[in-house]
Amino acid sequence: MPTPKTIDIIKNDLWKNNPVTVQILGICSTLAVTNIFINTLILALGLTFVTAFSSLVISLIRNIIPARVRMMVQTLVIASFVVIVDIVLKAYVPNISKALGPYVGLIITNCIIMGRLEAFASSNKPSLAFLDGIMSGLGYSYVILVIAFFRELLGFGTILGYQVMNPLMYAIGYSEGWIQWAFMIMAPGGFFMLALFIWIANNLSTMKISHKG
Amino acid sequence: MEGLSPWVIFFASIFTGNILLVYFLGMCSFLSVSKQVNTALGLGLAVTFVLTITSALNYVVYFYLLEPLGIEYLRYIAFIIVIASAVQLLEMIIERFSEPLYINLGIFLPLITVNCAILGVSLFMVIRNYTFIQSVLFGAGSGLGWLLAILAMAGIRQRLNEKKIPPALQGPGIVLIISGLMAMAFIGFSGIVQIQ
Repeated sequence: MPTPKTIDIIKNDLWKNNPVTVQILGICSTLAVTNIFINTLILALGLTFVTAFSSLVISLIRNIIPARVRMMVQTLVIASFVVIVDIVLKAYVPNISKALGPYVGLIITNCIIMGRLEAFASSNKPSLAFLDGIMSGLGYSYVILVIAFFRELLGFGTILGYQVMNPLMYAIGYSEGWIQWAFMIMAPGGFFMLALFIWIANNLSTMKISHKG
Repeated sequence: MEGLSPWVIFFASIFTGNILLVYFLGMCSFLSVSKQVNTALGLGLAVTFVLTITSALNYVVYFYLLEPLGIEYLRYIAFIIVIASAVQLLEMIIERFSEPLYINLGIFLPLITVNCAILGVSLFMVIRNYTFIQSVLFGAGSGLGWLLAILAMAGIRQRLNEKKIPPALQGPGIVLIISGLMAMAFIGFSGIVQIQ
């Protein structure tokens, strides 16, 4: 297998083969927390950390793992890093850790990590695997951050907890302020926002292709 | 959570707190295996089966092994090992005792280890402080809720085959929109009973 170029890895992970919009992986564990931006940010950072370091570790030991127990080893490596993330979050941001609840632990079953380990880290050098881990983590993060930004803005009328829609509504002469859009905070809002994002992303990439051809 | 009847939790985990439509767990296999009603049914049954067993096993592991030893922070690793070995064991037992069941159910079992719903239920059970009976019924109910959701989705997708869909929405896009509509419909149940 030829060694992939660094720039290709970055391009693929961030856009062309984006884990969320193109491969539709790993939305399980995080869509639920995307109604508040700061929680999503913390979870996205945790996920990027776990993806990068488990890619690195798996790539370092790729030649000594017996093929039959490969999956088990990968899962254990991921789980160990998730334990680290969990403990760090509990120590430094206890409130957010509580709000995230089981979703920190669910990083383990996030298909993106397993997918990258299986598809990339187990057959490439550690430095590239580490880069790929970071880049897929970021490719995933920005998608859910965009979704979280709009869900929080439309749902609660806030950005990072600061009320922004209320003054805006007063400014245009609507005295009741922003009325919370409960739909955006609840589950269906998450589904629709992700579908919308995928729709727009697909349209953009097909437009690019038709311009070239 | 002591006072809540286990059957209330069972009912709530199917309808008002559907593991898939409210908590977004098990989305990966939900999106990829919901094309045919038959396969959806097989996977759904396998998930229900595994969920019931692993929630019981994980309950025992957490409250009788990890908690007395003071090593609760290892629960992720412990749970994932329990789930993986339970799935492996089940696969071997089914293969040994029932050929037709293995052919119908067995192929889905390896997929289940990485299904977020399984680990999610075990983690919820710990956070919500359920008793043993409550945990088992919560597991079974969540499995049935997942089965219900994937079955409905597979039925809708089979009908959808002949319909015209905008090209950019084909595949996952339209499935997510339908899931959103289904989630809205399930919100209608939420007045009946609420579990946290």
